[in-house]
Amino acid sequence: MLVLKQQFIEQIRAHGARDYPNECCGALLGHDEEADRTVLGLVPLANQRDDSPRNRFSITSEDVRLAEKAAGAKGWELIGWYHSHPDSPARPSEFDREHAWPWYSYIIFRVEHGEPREMRSWRLDDSRTSYAEEGIEYIAGAPA
Amino acid sequence: MAVKVVIPTPLRQFAGKQESVNLEAATVGEALNALTSQFSDLKKHLYSDDGRLRSFVNVYVNDEDIRYLQKEKTAVQQGDTISIVPSIAGGCVGGAGRLYFSAEN
Repeated sequence: MLVLKQQFIEQIRAHGARDYPNECCGALLGHDEEADRTVLGLVPLANQRDDSPRNRFSITSEDVRLAEKAAGAKGWELIGWYHSHPDSPARPSEFDREHAWPWYSYIIFRVEHGEPREMRSWRLDDSRTSYAEEGIEYIAGAPA
Repeated sequence: MAVKVVIPTPLRQFAGKQESVNLEAATVGEALNALTSQFSDLKKHLYSDDGRLRSFVNVYVNDEDIRYLQKEKTAVQQGDTISIVPSIAGGCVGGAGRLYFSAEN
């Protein structure tokens, strides 16, 4: 289960609305426990796919390192990523699967005509052939 | 040369939960081969079926990206740190893409 405060949901949705019709992306920081994973912070990032931002996103290794440093500075971990699917379902595409890493939580949310819609979280399985959907537990409250 | 290979968080489960592994190698390619020989489950996440490093797998020697050096033929020195660093990519259906799940669930 991915535990997500309402304020983070709103921030992620606002990012998707702001960047529509392009895909938005960002990092999820928090703690990974055995049963649950809790998001404690976000790092909104710039989509580096200037050539095809409406249906592709890219986060450079330098930005990944920055996100890791941001997590480490707070005693947190880099636990996953979020990105939007403009006018497209909140499910992983084949392109998502081909480029995914195991272990990370991948939040994908649909932005329909500029309006954020459903949000789902996914984890790539170890064989790289499929995803398991990860439940999202929404809780009230402001970010830490 | 004795080098340290830093394992990114998503792959530590396949490397005995270690944050880094010490290996003997003369080049980056040798180090990665030694790593995947020791931990075979890492291979499919680092390499595509054609034997090439996946495009979203970035490798640094100390703080230099091997793409700007000699790639996997980059020589390593005693005490060097080789870091495997993810880049992240994806995207929705559209253009050349297709939906992974074909049915609503």
